[in-house]
Amino acid sequence: MSTAATDAPTSEAAAPGRSRGARRVRIQQLLAAGTLVLIFIAFSIASPTIFPTWGNIVTILYSTVVIGLLALGATFVITTAGIDLSVGTGMALCAVMSGMFIVNWGVPVPIGIVLAILFGGFVGLVNGFNVAILDLPPFIATLAMMMVASGLALVISGAAPIYFEDGSYMGFSTGMLIPSIPNAVLVLLVAAVIAAILMSRTLLGRYATAIGSNREAADLAGVDVKKWLIIVYVVGGLFTGLAGVMISARLGSAQPATGMGYELDAIAAVVIGGTSLAGGRGTVFGTMIGALIISVLTNGLQILSIPQEWQDVLLGAVILVAVYIDRLRRRSEHTA
Amino acid sequence: MKTFPGVRALSEMDLELHGGEVLALVGENGAGKSTLMKVLTGVHHPDAGEFRYLGRPLRVSGPMDAAQQGLAIIHQELNLIPSLTVAQNIYLGREDLAARLLTRPRQLEARAQSLFDELGMDLDPSARAEDLPVAQQQMVEIAKALSFDARVLIMDEPTAALNESEVETLHALIRDFVTERTGVVYISHRMEELRRIADRVQVIRDGEFVDDFPMAGASMDDVVTKMVGRPVETGGSGSGPRDVREDREVILSVEHLRSRPLVEDVSFDLREGEILGFAGLMGAGRSETARALIGSLPRQGGSVRYRGRPVSWRSPAQAARAGIGYLPEDRKRLGLMLEASVLRNMELSSLGERFQRGGFVRDGAARAAAEEKAGALHVRTPHLDQPIKNLSGGNQQKAVIGRWLLKDCDVLIFDEPTRGIDVGAKEEIHTLLEDLAAQGRSIIVISSELPEVLRLAHRVVVMNQGRVSGVLEAAEADPESVMRLATAEDLTTTTEGHR
Repeated sequence: MSTAATDAPTSEAAAPGRSRGARRVRIQQLLAAGTLVLIFIAFSIASPTIFPTWGNIVTILYSTVVIGLLALGATFVITTAGIDLSVGTGMALCAVMSGMFIVNWGVPVPIGIVLAILFGGFVGLVNGFNVAILDLPPFIATLAMMMVASGLALVISGAAPIYFEDGSYMGFSTGMLIPSIPNAVLVLLVAAVIAAILMSRTLLGRYATAIGSNREAADLAGVDVKKWLIIVYVVGGLFTGLAGVMISARLGSAQPATGMGYELDAIAAVVIGGTSLAGGRGTVFGTMIGALIISVLTNGLQILSIPQEWQDVLLGAVILVAVYIDRLRRRSEHTA
Repeated sequence: MKTFPGVRALSEMDLELHGGEVLALVGENGAGKSTLMKVLTGVHHPDAGEFRYLGRPLRVSGPMDAAQQGLAIIHQELNLIPSLTVAQNIYLGREDLAARLLTRPRQLEARAQSLFDELGMDLDPSARAEDLPVAQQQMVEIAKALSFDARVLIMDEPTAALNESEVETLHALIRDFVTERTGVVYISHRMEELRRIADRVQVIRDGEFVDDFPMAGASMDDVVTKMVGRPVETGGSGSGPRDVREDREVILSVEHLRSRPLVEDVSFDLREGEILGFAGLMGAGRSETARALIGSLPRQGGSVRYRGRPVSWRSPAQAARAGIGYLPEDRKRLGLMLEASVLRNMELSSLGERFQRGGFVRDGAARAAAEEKAGALHVRTPHLDQPIKNLSGGNQQKAVIGRWLLKDCDVLIFDEPTRGIDVGAKEEIHTLLEDLAAQGRSIIVISSELPEVLRLAHRVVVMNQGRVSGVLEAAEADPESVMRLATAEDLTTTTEGHR
C-alpha cells in the first residue's frame, strides 16, 4: 500500500481540493449574508419609503458600531471556547476612563483615546490571567469582572456622567471624513479588517482556533496555551476599550451606568455569524453579518412601530433559527 | 453446571466456566479480555458464535440486563457515583416507584445494611461513595453485583487498588460466593494472587484462546510463556539496526523522576540515535513519565538533563522549543483537532517557528512543507483541507507524526504510535521510526504491544508500578524477560526468579 500510487493523489489532489474547501467556506458566508439580504428586502417591502433610504442605511451602520466592536473582540475569545461576559460593563468602565483622562486630567484627546483603549486591554489582561493562569472557568472569571467593572465605573466617576467638552472627541464618532458616512462607521470597518487579518493570517488566530478545537492537544503539540489565551483576552479587551471610546464619543458623555446587557448582544452577533460557542471555529466576517442582522432587525422593527418587547422576542427567535441552521449545515457536512 | 462454549470475541475465543469454580483469565494488554467482558455484558455484540448460559443461548441487551440475568461484572475502573450514598449506589436504577418519586433513604439503607450483614461486610450504607477509601468503594461494587443474586461474577483486576489484607477479605468473599450453582471469572495480572484464588487458568492472546490448565501445579513461568506466545516469532534479535554503541552521546538523562500518583521513581538515559522502548502493563506509569518529562504533568522530584544541562520544562511548549516532541497515546482526545483540516493539524507545532514572520503565518510555506511531508509519509487524503476526522486512524496518526517531523525535533517520544491502526500503516510507522533513529534522532517508544517494543527498541525500559523494574539490552529482551519484570509484585524476588 505504500507505493507511489498512494503518494501521487496526495500532492495532485491538493490543488483542486483547496478550491473545494474554499468554496465551502464561501457558501457558509453567503448563507449568513443571504439571510441579512432577505431581512433587508422584507423590511424594504414592508416600509418602502423609510427603510431602504440612504439615510436609514447609515443609521443602521452607525447603530452597529458599538455592538460590532464588542462582537469582534468576543469572536476571538469565543473561538478559544471561552466567553467574555465583561465586555458590556468593561466598555462603560473604559468610557469612564476616557472621560477621566481627557476631561478630569486634561490629557490630549488622541492620547486619552489610546489610553482608554489600552485600559480595555488591561481589563482583558486581568481576565486572561484569571482564565489562563488561575485556571478559572471563563464564564465565572468574566462574570466577576462584569460586576467589578460595573462597580468601578460608578466609583471612579462618582456615579455621575462625565461630559466631554472638546468637540474633537465627539468628532471621532460623528464627524465625517468621507461625506455622509460617520467616522464611527469607518472605525468599525477598519477594526473589522484588522480583526479579519488577525484571525486568518496571524499566529493569534491560528492558536485561538487550535486552543478552541482541542486545548489539550494544542498544549501537547507545543502551543504555549496560557500565553496565547492571555493574549486573546487582551485583544478582546482592546476592542472593548475602543467600543467604550466610540459609545462615549457618540453620546458626548461617559455614562457609567450603561453597558450591562451589551455583552449578550455581542455574543448573539458572534453566534448568529456562525462562530461556534464550543470553540475551534471563528469567523470575523460572520460576526459582522451577525451584528448587522441584529441592528437591521432592531431598526426595521422600530420603523414598523413594533413594540420593544416584541423586538426582543423576535431577536431571540432569530438567534435560535440562526444557530439551528448552522447546526443542520454542519450535520450535512459530517455526512458529506 | 453452566458453560459458555463458542464465543468469538475478537477473533476466536472459547471460554468455559463451570459451576463452583474460580476461573482466572490472563493475557497481555490488548489481548482481548475487556472486549470479552463487554460482549458478555451486552455492551458489544458478538459477530459470530454465542454464549450458552444455563444450557440456553444467552441474549443480553446491556449491563443492567446482564445483571438481572445473574451475570455481574465488576470493572477495573470503579463506577460509583461519588455524591450518592453507598445504599443509593447499590440500588441505583432499581429503586421501586415510590422510592424513585420520593427518596426514602432509610428504607434503602436498611436494605443495604441487611445485604452487608448477609455478606459479612462492614460498610456504612449512609456514607457517601466519595468519602470511602478505594478499597471500600471496591467492596460496594462487589456488594452491588451480589445484590442482583448473581450466579456468575466477573471481576476485572479487582485487587489493583487493594492492600494485602483487603485482598484477603475479597478472596474470602469470593470463596463464600462460590457454590455448586455459581462461578467466578477473575481477571488479573498478579500471579501470586491467582495461585491463591483460582482453580483454573485460561490464557488469551491477540483475541484468541491459547491454553487452559488447572492452577494447581502451574508455575508463573508457564503462565507468562503462554501469555506472550512463542518467543521465536516475536524475538528480539535480528530485525532492526541494533548497533547503538555505548559511546554515543547521552542526549537525555532522567534521574529519580517522580510525578504522583503514577510515577514513583524513574531513571533512564537516552542516547543519540537510539530507540528506547518502554514496556509495562497498563497503569505502570509510562505515559505519565513522558508527560512529567515534558512538563505536562507536575513533577515532585527528580532531575532531567538534556544535552548535559539540567532542565525543568514547565510546559510541553518549553520542551518543544528545546526540541522534544511528544506524540500522545490517545490520538482523538490528546492528539488531534478533529474538526480542523489535515493541514491545520500538521502545521500546528511549527507555526511559531518556521511558518511565521513577524506574527504572520507563512501559509504558502506551511502548505508546501506539509504537502511534502504528507507525501513522504503516504498520508492518504484527497487534499490537505480535508477535515482530519474523515481520515482513517492510520492516516490520522501519520499526519500527527508529520506534525513533529515538520518541527525537526531531536528527541521524539511516541506513545502507543500504532494503537488502533491497520497492519500496513503500522509497518510504515515502524520503518519510519527506524529511519529517524538512523538519522541520529533519539526516540522513545512507549507501547503496550510487546512485539512492537521488541522489534524497534535498542534497549527496553520495563516499568512496573511507577518504577523502572529493569532495563534490558535488545539481545537479552524477550517476551518472557519483559513480562516477568512487568508483572512482578516484588521486584527483588523477581530478579532472583529470573536468574
